[in-house]
Amino acid sequence: MLANYTLSLSIWVPILAGLLVLAAGNDSRASMTRWLALLGGIAGFLVTLPLYFQFNIAEGGFQFQEATYWIPAFQIYYHLGVDGISVPLILLTSFTTVICIIASWEVIKKSIAQYMACFLIMSGLMIGVFSALDSILYYVFWESMLIPMFLVIGKWGGQNRVYATIKFFLYTLLGSLLMLVAFIYLFHKTGSFNIVKYHDVVLPLNVQIFIFIAFFMAFAVKIPMWPLHTWLPDAHVEAPTAGSVVLAAVMLKLGGYSFLRFAMPIAPDASHYLSGYMIALSLIAILYIALVALVQKDMKKLIAYSSISHMGFVTLGFFLFSQLGLEGAIVQMISHGFISAAMFLCVGVLYDRMHSREIASYGGVANTMPVFAAFAVFFAMANSGLPGTSGFVGEFMVILASVEYDFWVAFIAATTLIFGASYTLWMVKRVFYGEAANKKVAALKDLTRREFAMLGVLAALTLGIGVYPQVITGMTQATSERFLNHMTTSKLPSVGM
Amino acid sequence: MTEQLLIWIPLLPLIAAAIVGLFGSRLPRCAAHWLTILGVGGALVLSAMVFKATLSGFTHNADLYTWLTSGDIHFAVGFLIDNLTAMMMVVVTFVSLMVHIYTIGYMHEDPGYSRFFSYISLFTFAMLMLVMSNNFMQLFFGWEAVGLVSYLLIGFWYTRPTAIYANLKAFLVNRVGDFGFLLGIGLVLTYTGSLDYAEVFSAAPALADTTISLFANTPWSLMTVTCILLFVGAMGKSAQVPLHVWLPDSMEGPTPISALIHAATMVTAGIFMVARMSPLFEISTTALSFVMTIGAITALFMGLLGIMQNDIKRVIAYSTLSQLGYMTVALGASAYSVAIFHLMTHAFFKALLFLGAGSVIMGMHHDQDIRNMGNLKKYFPVTWITSLIGSLALIGTPFFAGFYSKDSIIEAVKFSQIPGSGFAYFAVVAGVFITAFYSFRLYFIVFHGKERWRKAKPHTDDDHEHHHGLTPDQDPHEPGWVVKLPLILLAIPSVVIGYLAIKPMLFGDFFKGVITVNAEAHPAMEHLTHHFHEFLHTPSGMALHGFFTLPFALAASGVGLSWFFYMKRPDIPAAIQKRFSLINTILENKYGFDSFNERFFASGSSFIGNKLWQIVDVKIIDGAIVNGTANLVAKLSGIVRRLQSGMIYHYAFAMIIGAFLLLTFFNRIVL
Repeated sequence: MLANYTLSLSIWVPILAGLLVLAAGNDSRASMTRWLALLGGIAGFLVTLPLYFQFNIAEGGFQFQEATYWIPAFQIYYHLGVDGISVPLILLTSFTTVICIIASWEVIKKSIAQYMACFLIMSGLMIGVFSALDSILYYVFWESMLIPMFLVIGKWGGQNRVYATIKFFLYTLLGSLLMLVAFIYLFHKTGSFNIVKYHDVVLPLNVQIFIFIAFFMAFAVKIPMWPLHTWLPDAHVEAPTAGSVVLAAVMLKLGGYSFLRFAMPIAPDASHYLSGYMIALSLIAILYIALVALVQKDMKKLIAYSSISHMGFVTLGFFLFSQLGLEGAIVQMISHGFISAAMFLCVGVLYDRMHSREIASYGGVANTMPVFAAFAVFFAMANSGLPGTSGFVGEFMVILASVEYDFWVAFIAATTLIFGASYTLWMVKRVFYGEAANKKVAALKDLTRREFAMLGVLAALTLGIGVYPQVITGMTQATSERFLNHMTTSKLPSVGM
Repeated sequence: MTEQLLIWIPLLPLIAAAIVGLFGSRLPRCAAHWLTILGVGGALVLSAMVFKATLSGFTHNADLYTWLTSGDIHFAVGFLIDNLTAMMMVVVTFVSLMVHIYTIGYMHEDPGYSRFFSYISLFTFAMLMLVMSNNFMQLFFGWEAVGLVSYLLIGFWYTRPTAIYANLKAFLVNRVGDFGFLLGIGLVLTYTGSLDYAEVFSAAPALADTTISLFANTPWSLMTVTCILLFVGAMGKSAQVPLHVWLPDSMEGPTPISALIHAATMVTAGIFMVARMSPLFEISTTALSFVMTIGAITALFMGLLGIMQNDIKRVIAYSTLSQLGYMTVALGASAYSVAIFHLMTHAFFKALLFLGAGSVIMGMHHDQDIRNMGNLKKYFPVTWITSLIGSLALIGTPFFAGFYSKDSIIEAVKFSQIPGSGFAYFAVVAGVFITAFYSFRLYFIVFHGKERWRKAKPHTDDDHEHHHGLTPDQDPHEPGWVVKLPLILLAIPSVVIGYLAIKPMLFGDFFKGVITVNAEAHPAMEHLTHHFHEFLHTPSGMALHGFFTLPFALAASGVGLSWFFYMKRPDIPAAIQKRFSLINTILENKYGFDSFNERFFASGSSFIGNKLWQIVDVKIIDGAIVNGTANLVAKLSGIVRRLQSGMIYHYAFAMIIGAFLLLTFFNRIVL
């Protein structure tokens, strides 16, 4: 019946590749280890492609489903399936993994096999999160994917990595446990851990609110939403480049995705009831965090704050309950995946050469690295939401949708046009323009072929989605229609029951 | 036939820009200019063909491809070709081609030669996308894309601190305008359900009485709010007070782009946009009053600043601001066709003036200070004559292009009856005198009088390191034909285009069906047409009549006074500056806009950002809550640690109690 194992392959190919790298790789065989990891990453990417090409865009429900018993005693299934929201995110994940492996090529010199394996395994686990339709399976993926991330930051991270990992751990643990409680409650209600069944369970408003808040704690930390965001800048600053890339490009989206998979459809009435607060938090993220980004002195911190601000558009788009807003939010997630990845890679390019993330250590980089500067300005413009790049599409859609919701919400959201450009381009000015600031800058060498390839592919994707975003919205159309229909149907127990 | 060619008009410059931009460093220098000139030249030829077709009634409005759909909302990329578009296409590609040719000479020695050509071709693409758009989304794309290229070109010499300050400022100030623009587009989409021009315009009249409540349930007219927001976008791009502050600083960019982007084309995008949106603006007289008042303030007060400048490019920049104000006033008077007419004539003579200034700057070895110039007519014959033509056109000398457009604006404002038109009329009339004064101040100082560089020290006061200047014993040389040819080719339309075009454009059917005017509410244009047909009859009649009008008297006295001040008695202006030092200070500080923005907006944002970060993020969230929790856990664990006694029987006892409790609990659930 279920002859299609695309999703299982998407999850297990990278994980097995990771284990293989771990077993066969070694620092004394560095080159072989790297190539093996790259092959694993590419294989992992290739097996996800059928999800795009065989996806039925007219169908709003779950496709590529697989289900077998896992722990029969507790009705726990190995149940996978994807819809128009998860497919783009899965492709983003497997693609980002390839980029991460290339980004770490010559940079990581110690414990290469372990490092590469972390990314491959993490990739499979994150794809597991995006495709699990059983809540316990989801929970297992959700928690286990943190382990490789802890390792990446904790072992290959910067000076203050212990503080950063503990903070990361404290935040996520707090949220995840409440989510588990919600799952167990829902199990008692439905006798199942099936997520699709959760969507149809009737719940009174006060219970919905509790469930919503339990999920909110888990997902808002991941996205992150203000005021649960302070772990992110620290984690980014301490993480190695590829770690930041995965964190920004994929991990933050797990939170956004999970809102759409759990919190909102399970508690639609609570979502409507609390939407005012959610919009307020999103707007705080957009405006407040943009102002905070403006005064950062560390490039990675600046980009981390910029990520939080951009993710504000994702949550804002969700809680407008309009198709334009919802699809805008999804496009924003994908676009941010490319742009933030590219921005962190750009910082990595500089850090590998100068070993500093401080803006003040730079100045006039364009003199010695003109090709790199062109990429950096391009991605900075994309980050500022320039039309023609993917960064514009999501923000444009969400801002237009929010005008329909309330003019003043749109007014605050649209300030990103000013502040987003301010913090990004001011950083570009201080880092890239001017005379070469010091001897180290004057001695910089332009991009290597490897770096050029990474940034070039990301630039092409950023431009491609900006010029033809229908690639994404074509996939999300049916699913988001279905989702919004679901959201408008109240799940409160009717009086007659 | 023509329809299939349309796509190539923006595409040719884009392809050229992409090739030169990506592979420029590996191609020979001549490839950079030949490829881009071919691209832009091809676009010009095609645009001219389209223009010819539109004259015989060709119009086109179709989508090229669907950009995205979301629910019922459909965004597309497509072209709307009518007379307005076709005229803009010809102006843009013509000026662009002139600038391309000129650049061969101007950027001859620059290491960024191919990068520069790539940028200006990219600009031509973006500007064409803007004017050819048939919907708001693509308009916004072109709008921001020209802003991007402007940013790149102002900061072209990216090692200069002033240039990279100016380009950031330009981008951010434009973003303030775009902020309003985007909200306006949002209102359009919300209330009409579409961003396609045709659909929006047909839905707009039904919304005339719709109100929205923005503050405390006070009803606001939807169209007024929408139009003002859209116009805020125009204020950014077309540099209207108070969003004008970026344009003078943009002169840090190479002179060819000052001509192309910051005089002839990009800065007029706002004027074009409002004219395109005439079916919306006509619904709201309040919005038109707002437009007219802003335009009048810009026309008058920015002109005054032109008098104070000593940098040759900045004088022309303030003149551009003032002329953009004139166009905006015309828009406010519902004389959209007149605004577009002035946009066209201005594009030619202002591009000419900038390129002339560039020729002088090259000859003076990149000294831009007019106090070091003088008697250049001897060394720059072609530049001298063409600049004189440009200046005469600018001040509105009868028979020159600028006369027809500017005089029509003044007359239109006279006939306008909307609130603010009285002040606007004063502003545009007074502006004539000011324009004549600063234009000929510049002209006399630069081309006549003593050869001041013979005495001047080349490196004085605020010289940047890129100002080289002549040594006293050097003679300046006029650059070669690649520079002179565009000057001559631009001088021709600066003389004749007004005479040729006024009758069809303003009083004929040229803009019929393109520009909508509610003649009952805003009859200025109707009066103007009537006046022309009744009293003036022909363009020559208008010009001859022009000699006996107040504006001509004012222009002539402006020229006369500048001749007296700067040729006869140069001691008088200095004395006036001393005598009226307060006014002098205000003008020198450009009314204080820059320092206010710097202190209030720039420092204010940083201040708030720092406080939010240091106090809320670091102290409260991280310090009190996150680390506080961690500390609490540490303290609690200090207490709990005592339970970890290391004695096996303690643990065994705890286990038994635990197992007992669990079993009891589960039994309850199960049973």
